Formats: sequence, C-alpha cells, structure tokens
Amino acid sequence: MAQVKLKNIRKSFGSVDVIKGVDITIEDGEFVVFVGPSGCGKSTLLRMIAGLEDITSGTLEIDGEVMNDRQPKDRGIAMVFQTYAIFPHMTVRENVAFGLTINNVPKAEKDAKVAEAARVLQMEHLLDRRPSQLSGGQRQRVAIGRAIVRDPKVFLFDEPLSNLDAALRMDMRMEIGRLHQSLAASMIYVTHDQVEAMTLADKIVVLKDGLVMQIGSPMELYHEPANLFVAGFLGAPSMNFITVDVTEIQGDMAVVRNASLEPISVPHKARDIKVGEKAILGVRPQYLQPVSQEDGMLHGSVILTERLGAETVVDVALRDGTKIIAAIGEDRVLDRGTEVGFRFDPMQAHLFAQEPIPVTAPH
Amino acid sequence: MTKGTKLTQSNRAGWAFALPGFGLMVVFIILPFVFAIALSFTNQRLISPNPTKFVGLANYQQLLGLGTITLESERDENGAIVYDEDGEAQFPRLRGYTRNNPDYPRIDGMREWFSWGNEESRTYVLARDVVFMKAIVNTVLFVLVVAPVQAGLALCLALLINQRLRGINVYRAIYFMPVVVSIVVVSLLWRFIYDGNDGLLNNLLSGLTFGAFEGRDWLGSPSTALGSIMVMSIWQAVGFHMVIWLSGLQTISPTLYEAADIEGAGKLQTFRYVTWPGLRNTAVLILIVITMQAFALFAQIDVMTNGGPLDSTQTIVFQAVERGYGKQDISGGSAISVILFVIVLTISLIQRYLTREKN
Repeated sequence: MAQVKLKNIRKSFGSVDVIKGVDITIEDGEFVVFVGPSGCGKSTLLRMIAGLEDITSGTLEIDGEVMNDRQPKDRGIAMVFQTYAIFPHMTVRENVAFGLTINNVPKAEKDAKVAEAARVLQMEHLLDRRPSQLSGGQRQRVAIGRAIVRDPKVFLFDEPLSNLDAALRMDMRMEIGRLHQSLAASMIYVTHDQVEAMTLADKIVVLKDGLVMQIGSPMELYHEPANLFVAGFLGAPSMNFITVDVTEIQGDMAVVRNASLEPISVPHKARDIKVGEKAILGVRPQYLQPVSQEDGMLHGSVILTERLGAETVVDVALRDGTKIIAAIGEDRVLDRGTEVGFRFDPMQAHLFAQEPIPVTAPH
Repeated sequence: MTKGTKLTQSNRAGWAFALPGFGLMVVFIILPFVFAIALSFTNQRLISPNPTKFVGLANYQQLLGLGTITLESERDENGAIVYDEDGEAQFPRLRGYTRNNPDYPRIDGMREWFSWGNEESRTYVLARDVVFMKAIVNTVLFVLVVAPVQAGLALCLALLINQRLRGINVYRAIYFMPVVVSIVVVSLLWRFIYDGNDGLLNNLLSGLTFGAFEGRDWLGSPSTALGSIMVMSIWQAVGFHMVIWLSGLQTISPTLYEAADIEGAGKLQTFRYVTWPGLRNTAVLILIVITMQAFALFAQIDVMTNGGPLDSTQTIVFQAVERGYGKQDISGGSAISVILFVIVLTISLIQRYLTREKN
C-alpha cells in the first residue's frame, strides 16, 4: 500500500508530445480513475506508471521512491489489461501463479496464494480450466487474480471492462469496487466510461490532450466542473451549453440573457467574464423543468421526445437556434413542434468564459 | 430442400467455372500421381519396343531387397584362423554365396552393404540395390540434420529481426535474399566456395589459421561432401523459414509480453512461457515443410556432386531421376517416387500426431 506521486510528468514520441506535464498525487488506499476521451493520454500515463513506457521527463514516485528507471517488476505494481493478457496455453491456476512460478516461489506458498486469490474472486471452480473455456468476465477475473497474487502496492487497470458486454460490465464493476474495499490497496483505473469513473472512484482525474483538466471527487467534478470540458464530459446526457450575453456583474453573480433566455443571475466563480461580452451558460438536462411557454426562463420548441420509462429525454430547439436536451424525471409526451418553456435553479447553472464548445464524448 | 433449388440448378455453371482449374489439377497433379503408382508395378521403360508388362512388386523387391549372412572365418587344418598379409582374418569370398549359389537363393544377386563381426565370424548385411540403400541413409541423415538446424537457425534470425530497430528491413532483406536466388545458381556459386584448389572457403580458413589449414576438396571427399551440401542447403532456405517464424511471432499479442514483463519474467522465461507456446502451430508447419523439402533434395546434388564421391551424396530423388531418365527405367524411378511418398506421408502423420493439440 503506497502513495503514488507524479511530478510534472511528460511524454513525447519523437516530436509529438502526448503527456504535457502532469502532476497527480494518489494517496495510500485511494481509488483513482483517469478518464478522458480517446487519445487524451490516459493509457500512456498508466503505462508510464507501470514502466511499460519510458518517462520523458518529470518524476514518478511510488512509496517515496523514485521509480523512473526501475523495471516494471521492481515497482511493486500489478496491471490488468483490456485484452486480459492471460496466457492461452496455461490453465487458470498456472496463469494466476505465473509470477510466483517464474520467481521460484515454493509450491506450498504458491498454492496457498492462488487459493486465496481464487476465494476472493469466487473462481475456485475455474482453476483447472483453460482460458479458451472461459467467458470474457471470467478471463478478466483470472487477470485480476494474477494481479492479486503479486500482492502489489498499486493496482493498475487499463480499461479492464471495455471488452465485456453491458450486463457483465456492471457485475465486474461492482466486483472491482468490492475488491478495492476488501484489499484496501491503491488502485489506478483508466477508462473512457464515465459511469465507471463516477461509481468507482474516490478521485477522478479528467485528462484531455495530455493535460489534467480537473482532479476531484466524482461529486465535486459533477457539481463544480472547473471548465467547459469537464462540464461537458461528465454527466449523461451531457450538459447543455447556451451562448449568452453578460449584461451586469454584481459581486459573485452575473446577469446573463439571450434571445431565448430571460435575464437571470448566476454565480460566475471569478471566471474571466466581462459585461458586454459573450459567455457560456451550462445547465444539466436533469435540472430543466418543463413549464408553460409564459412561465419559462428558456423558450423553445420540441424536436424529439425519447421516452425511456423512468425518464423522458426531450430535444429542444431554442429560439436562437441552440439545441438543448432536457431529461424529465417522469414519463411524459411532448409533441413535436410544441412551444415549451423551461425553468431551472440558477444556482445549479454554471457560467464559463466563452471558448469553442467541446465535442463531448457521447454517453 | 426447396431452398437449395437455385443452387442445384446452377450446378452445371458451377462445374463449368471450376473446370479449367480442376482440369489443370487433374492433368498435372492427379494423373502423374496415379501414373507413378501404376507404372511402379510394371516394367515400363522410357523408350522400348517391347510391350509393357505387369510385374507386381518386382520393382520394390529390387529396390528394397535386403538379406544377411554370417560367415565363419577360414581356418587351416589345425583349426587356427588364417590371416592375410595385413594381419586381418580371412573370410570366404561373399561372391561364392551371392552368385548362382543354389543353397542361398534368397540372397542371389545381392551385394554387401555393410558388415560387422570379429575374427571368428562376420555378419554381412546385403542389399539388392546398395546405391539406393545409401541414398535412403543419406537422405534421412540430411533430414535429421537439416530440419532441426534450419528450423532453429531460422527461429533465431526471426527473433533477431522481430525488433523495432532502425533499418531492420535491411536485415530482413539480406537474410531473405538467398531464397529468391535459384537453388541451381546458389549451388554453382557454392561450388566455387567449396573448390578444392583455390576455393573461397579454403582461402578463408587458411587465412584465419595463418596458413596452418592445408585446404581440402570439400565436395570431392566422401567424408565432407554431404556435410558441405547440408551447410549450403541450410543457408539457402533459412530465410524462407525465418519469414514464416516471423509471421508467427507477430501474431503473439504484445500485451502478453507486457504482462510477462510486469510479472518479472526474464528473457529466457519470456521465450519459454510466452513466445514458444505462441509459436506452436508455426513450429508444426515449419517442421513438416522442412522435412518434406529436405526429403526432396535433388538440385544441389545434381549441380554439385552427381551423387558422388563414392555414392556419399546419393539421395532418393536423385536416384529417382537418375534411374527414370538416366537409365531410362521409368518403372524403377516411379517405384522410388512411391517409396518417397510413403516415407514422407508417414513422417508427416507421425509429426502431426506428436504435435497435436492436447485437450
């Protein structure tokens, strides 16, 4: 169990900078999730911690020791891969025991450790099977078993659930969460799936283009996104962004409006917002309440209604042409073309300085 | 099946499309194969006025006939062993038993292949066709040496060039080059290398040993001729098998290597636990291909030694060609081909059985 410290870590492939200076501290026993769109460098960062990629500059410390030039096996880590990486010609038992076998651990100790890992993962009945006889979830369980047996200071997971189908993914997600509680080990988990990030993490690191966008607990990131990217990346459906005019700033609050939005006062959180300029207002779809046209703060017309049973997702075109989504917590039919108004609590809205609106990951 | 009607209606068109390819296969593969088997049971000659006759297994008996005889050494009237001028025990002449001796009809016409024994008695192994027996032994020896050495060397090269290094393609090209050169050209070139008078190899060895090495006629001496051809053959085809190994290596997921790396496996352990098991199917393929190619050894012999010196480089295929066309004995050549086919088939089946997937 150990603290992991990344100080100004950088990685370049030739002239391409993939990681552009990252500082992250992972506390002992913490479950940290690196999340971001494809190509953001999250897997590269994990592989640098594992020692599978060289660190171009910066320092990596595990348990207070600089690990930059250590071999992967000497870093006290274990890694679980997206493609499982279990050896196809070995039985489950041999796979789990692999690290012990090559280090000539006595048979009795090896058997005990394998049995313990199998017990923790509830796969005693699979030990004598070969990987070809296992389902995807069982294979990933074997890979996790191999990691547990190493008794590492830090567990590294590289998109471990991405190759599984939806139902199995949920099971395994819960299993990994349970495992973290029972082992109380530090875990670093890379995913592009925000549900995994939100449900598993003690701390989420949102990455984009090799830079850290924000670090914080899932709820911090959800309720207090530091920037437009984090705001748009977390939450499903994604946060709505509406370009607005800033008409007035009073203390912590700014008054904004546009053609489809009545003037409202929202907290600006000392961001770079000036009177007379444009800004971006972010409102989560779940916070929009449909009301009659006259009572609404936002005005638009319905394009599409998707009824999911517990929730109704409504696509709306605002008067200024902006498209937004409202997620209404009940089964409701809103006909196409219906003029509709929405209300929301301005304190739950976010105001960002104007910049290009990011294309968020579809979730 | 009603669903199949359209397919069955188009059956003729299907056969028509298949006909050109099928026809070529019949003419060039199936017919010669059937002919070889059929002719091996006749006395067919390449050009002969006599009609062809069915002779049963006579060709095979002629080729494979073996016998043994144990002779007592000659003794004088006192019962003491008679020695010749060199101090060797005297034995009765073998010819007395194998030429028109009515007491030994089984070994009539056979010649000595090899023998062992002591001063009192010697056992002779006789063969009806000693040259063919030597050809079989040489071919088997060739396969036993070439198959493992060539496969192993090719694997080493494949491991070397399976790295991400600058200019690695240059090495891949260099190693592969001998494969694209015709074996006849390669054989001619290596004749210069092995030349006894002023050959490259002699010069090189003499230079390396500061003149201590006296030089020898590599292809002209029975003790080195077959070995020299083995070395050349291994060199020539190693690049081909290297490429097959390489394709096998590249099917192994890099993640497996990373996993082994994290678990702390050393280079040898990684090879043993990751690379080698991943190459299993490739290994089976390569072993079978090399074995079959090695059994078909011909061009090198034809260009470099013609089976000599003293039959030390006779091979099965060389004998088949020599007999079928050189001696115009088509039926004998066919019989040799059939024997080779049976040998290769048996070995392939054994290899497949030994290397089968065990579940």
